[in-house]
Amino acid sequence: MTVKTPQQETDLDLQGGLNRESKDAFTVANAEMSTSSVSKGCFVFKPSCKKKKTVSLEDHFSHGCEGAENSETRFKLCQDLWDKIKTDTEVLQDELNRKILDSLLDFTRKCSSTRLHSDWASQMRASEIPTAALVLGVNVPDHDMTFQSLSDLLQQSVTPHVASVQAKECGALKHLMKKVLERLMDTVVTVDDEEEDEAEQTSAQLHKSVHCSLSTLCDWYNTKTKKSNSGTPGKKRCSPGRDEPQQPPVVIIFKDLEAFNPRVLQDFILICSRYIERLPLMFIFGIATSPSTIQHMLPHSVSSLLCIELFQSLSCTQHLATVIDKLILTPQFPFKLNGKVMQVLMSIFLYHDFSVRNFIKGVQLALLEHFHSQPLSVLCCRKKEAVLNVMQLSHRNLERIRHLPSFKRYVEKQEPQEQVNLLTDDTRLKVVCQKLIKGLRKYHKNYYPVLRCLHTLTSSLPRYPLGKQVRELHLICLEKHVWENEDYQTAMKLLKMLAKDELIALLQRCVEILQPVKSKKMKAALVLLKDLLTRFKQLDTVAAETPPCAEDCITSPVKDLQKKTDLFQLQKTLLEMNESRRAKKLSPFEVLRNEALEFIDSLVKSHLSPPESQTLNEVCYYTSSATVRRHLNATPRTSIQAALSSPYYYLQNESLKTEDGSVSNAAPDICIAYKLHLECGRLINLYDWLEAYATVVSAAEGNNPDSFGKVDEVKHARFIQAVSELEFLGFIKSTKQKTDHVARLTWGGC
Amino acid sequence: MTSLLQQPGYEEERLQRVAKQLPCREVQAGLLLSLMGKPQQYSYPSVFIYGHQASGKSHVIHVLLKELELPHATVSCVECVSVALLFEQVLLSFFGCDAASLLPRSPSLSDFVRIYRQQCSQSPAKQTRYIVMEKAELLRDADANLLPALLRLQELVEDNVTVILLSEIVWDKFRPNTGCFEPLLLHFPDYSKGELQQILSQDRHPSYSAEFYASYINILLGVFYSVCRDLRELRHLAALNFSKFCEPLAEGKVKETDTHKLWRNIEPHLKKAMQTVYLREVSSLQWEQMQQMEEKECGALRGLSAHTHVELPYYSKFLLIAAYLASYNPARTDKRFFLKHHGKIRKTNFLKKNEKTSNHLLGPKPFPLDRLLAIFYSVVDSRVAPTASIFSQLLTKVSHDDQLDAPKYKCAVSMDFICAISRTVSFDIVKYLYDFL
Repeated sequence: MTVKTPQQETDLDLQGGLNRESKDAFTVANAEMSTSSVSKGCFVFKPSCKKKKTVSLEDHFSHGCEGAENSETRFKLCQDLWDKIKTDTEVLQDELNRKILDSLLDFTRKCSSTRLHSDWASQMRASEIPTAALVLGVNVPDHDMTFQSLSDLLQQSVTPHVASVQAKECGALKHLMKKVLERLMDTVVTVDDEEEDEAEQTSAQLHKSVHCSLSTLCDWYNTKTKKSNSGTPGKKRCSPGRDEPQQPPVVIIFKDLEAFNPRVLQDFILICSRYIERLPLMFIFGIATSPSTIQHMLPHSVSSLLCIELFQSLSCTQHLATVIDKLILTPQFPFKLNGKVMQVLMSIFLYHDFSVRNFIKGVQLALLEHFHSQPLSVLCCRKKEAVLNVMQLSHRNLERIRHLPSFKRYVEKQEPQEQVNLLTDDTRLKVVCQKLIKGLRKYHKNYYPVLRCLHTLTSSLPRYPLGKQVRELHLICLEKHVWENEDYQTAMKLLKMLAKDELIALLQRCVEILQPVKSKKMKAALVLLKDLLTRFKQLDTVAAETPPCAEDCITSPVKDLQKKTDLFQLQKTLLEMNESRRAKKLSPFEVLRNEALEFIDSLVKSHLSPPESQTLNEVCYYTSSATVRRHLNATPRTSIQAALSSPYYYLQNESLKTEDGSVSNAAPDICIAYKLHLECGRLINLYDWLEAYATVVSAAEGNNPDSFGKVDEVKHARFIQAVSELEFLGFIKSTKQKTDHVARLTWGGC
Repeated sequence: MTSLLQQPGYEEERLQRVAKQLPCREVQAGLLLSLMGKPQQYSYPSVFIYGHQASGKSHVIHVLLKELELPHATVSCVECVSVALLFEQVLLSFFGCDAASLLPRSPSLSDFVRIYRQQCSQSPAKQTRYIVMEKAELLRDADANLLPALLRLQELVEDNVTVILLSEIVWDKFRPNTGCFEPLLLHFPDYSKGELQQILSQDRHPSYSAEFYASYINILLGVFYSVCRDLRELRHLAALNFSKFCEPLAEGKVKETDTHKLWRNIEPHLKKAMQTVYLREVSSLQWEQMQQMEEKECGALRGLSAHTHVELPYYSKFLLIAAYLASYNPARTDKRFFLKHHGKIRKTNFLKKNEKTSNHLLGPKPFPLDRLLAIFYSVVDSRVAPTASIFSQLLTKVSHDDQLDAPKYKCAVSMDFICAISRTVSFDIVKYLYDFL
């Protein structure tokens, strides 16, 4: 029997000449055609039934959801919020990528235009293939989005002929060639319906002739351009075709250059360079590491065929900083993450993958979990809706509010009569809740501007006591009272040593931050800050009028110092000098500086208290960092070990419950075998193991003293199965060192 | 010089045009022409031409066949992923698409010969047909019978056809074990300095005089000839630096004839360009931008290869460090480096004979995954949960695909790179390397 790989299968399909419908089916399969399997084999891809999924999405949400009565509202809120976050981040990403994409577009336009205007310099390099090396950084999951928007932009504004290829689909030159040809010719089919017949014909031709070579592409390109040139412009679909160059370049994007087989790539470039005179080819290399990979992959004979230009994209840390700035550090979204969850997401980003997309996925997960598990999340929405939703809260949910720790704390602070009212009267509670929700909103409105102010003041201090990035400061503030932090004290001390112009510049920036904020308190703060600033500026004029008198009191002891030679006397005078300096009258600038810093300190103390101290914070803040960690940063091996050593954890069967980490003898066979193997050394005697196993199992089955510990066929078979399962999980392997033994692959034990 | 290119049967005018296009290759072209004889005469069945890259092999053949309008098929062996493509291209250019479409799917050599004979009986050759195979060294990897058959194709198809093989490798490396028809060998020697000068001077800038450009080329060769004799690279360098050379002219400071001043102006730039010779990492535009930047900063020239800095997540850095250690330290020494109470082990009693040479000279060695992870966990300061994200970060796998249960890996990064990486996480890697003990 012959086993076909998926690749071969599609080959056959293509050669067989398909009708239109089955071709569509093929493309579906193609899109889904990635398996996690490490082995080669035949895979069946069933068309995914997407319709069913969308219908059941809401059911999924309400299924097993806490407090099912308002799950519909919560689902809607969650969806709206997520949609908003998604569109916002997409816009943001587009903006961030705009610069590099624009320069790339310019590059392609320039390349296609220089082919037409032949000056000396471009003639000299006419035989070189223009190549853009796009350095994108190691966060590979984010690249797809960039490439997608790049190819979209290229197709919109420069050329319809864009093909992007990935390394995993081009193992050999043949496949690469085929993919390039298919994409180039097929994109036309999907874009222009008008020319479908024609394109169909060419593709039929392509599939009829078994081998696809670039000369086929050349012919296709020639007919294509000739046709579009001769065609009447009125009939043409694409209106930007006017200013388009007569010969739009053919762009091939290599998404992950490093993963390509160097041999394949070299051959492909060699072939392409043979056709460069007839076909205006252009390459874009997506590079994850550094531009020197090009030299590592391509020998000089090949790289001399390319005319490489380098494009560097924004670093992913900057990217994340912007995303956090726009997504997290804003009162715009009512949904918030608490310190621990933020910490988990940040550490996944910094320690593991550098992927902004995964970070946003993490936020999405937290969002879903929050709305799913917290019935009170109905209040996590815009102010108006929240106020309305408070009125519609059911009695059960109001009880839930009463049980919130933050609310309990709030109640304790009230008068006894009010306490009774709050705990018994539902309408009273609703009114108070409305007030509290508004208060929470105000807190957020003030929190972020003050956070940013504090960050601007401290981010340029030596050794960054409060962190370089605003997110670090945010984390500190989320955890506890920032002003109790030692680093905060040192930062304040350092700020007290700032020179005047530095301080003025920083305060100026604070003013700029506070300017657009609309809350009352911030407006008041802004007025005060501006007042301080003007006073700072006035200092110059005042200082010029009053000549400093402090100088002589300093100079006199210095004169004394020169006279004294005795060590004791010297020490004494130095101490005195120190005293006098400390007691010395502060200069007007210093007074003002202290005043300004006290003002900042008061702002911090009144607005940067951690969210846990706010009443009803549970409505907006998602706190379960363990859930996020479990979902995003799974630990497969720990789970397997947990399952094997305490099966109750997963099976929830009462008979499996044990106290001291031992395994009950009713546990599944593999657990018993695992437990026994932990007691062995590096090599395990299979027979001893079997005996021990049989003893344990017969103890579980009952006490027939005759057959106790005897190995019958069933037990033998069960044991063999358990052992082979352990082998499959990678705990043991067969060894040739000793007969009848297996080797342990893990160390440690009980 | 045209006297070399005289051959009865061809128009004088055409021969002259050929001679003009082939400077410094008159001898070789003349030899080829005399081999080819008159157009209708039979020629030698197969010719093998070899010489370094950019020594004009393809160019000479191409110009000869094109200008003299001889029937020919040029095939690049890189492009022929399968022999079918080769056959198809040959048939296509000799007999048109109809003949090419006669080929069955996955044709064999005999199919090709059959169709060729069938077609040439219909349209016999009036002139010698030429099949030019570029990058013929790839034919060695093709079917064993292909190369011998091509060498005596004339006999097989009984037609006036000659196969010309072009390669950078000498014929000795081609000869199959079973023996074959020996082709005629023709060597294209490297260009001399004078010849390079003559050829490079040909593509002069239209707005400057020929002498001026020639003097530029002279200066360029004076600097670069000692390190680079590749015509293509030199041409690239000439195009790259010419605008800089012309700068004083455009500013009106110097006259075209004042070579000494021009030389003084361009020399430092060429010296800098030396550092990036062969690297081809910058296009002309970026080169100019970089030079402008540099004038401001007065720093040393940094090619793009200097940007080797790679940003990596924290654990990835440690994984890389662990991989590097596993690649370059012998496995027996792990105990000494990563155990707390390893006792004193001196390097001398430790050495085995083959380990005396530095591991860094021998290159990275393969290691299994569990060793990598063991080193990783001991290298990272804090306790790391064995999470999926760590497992999913992989390195270059070197062992065979079929060895699924114990794959082996190698670390492919350089010493400088790993030092830079370990500096960012403040890890003293040299202390952990066996070679530097």
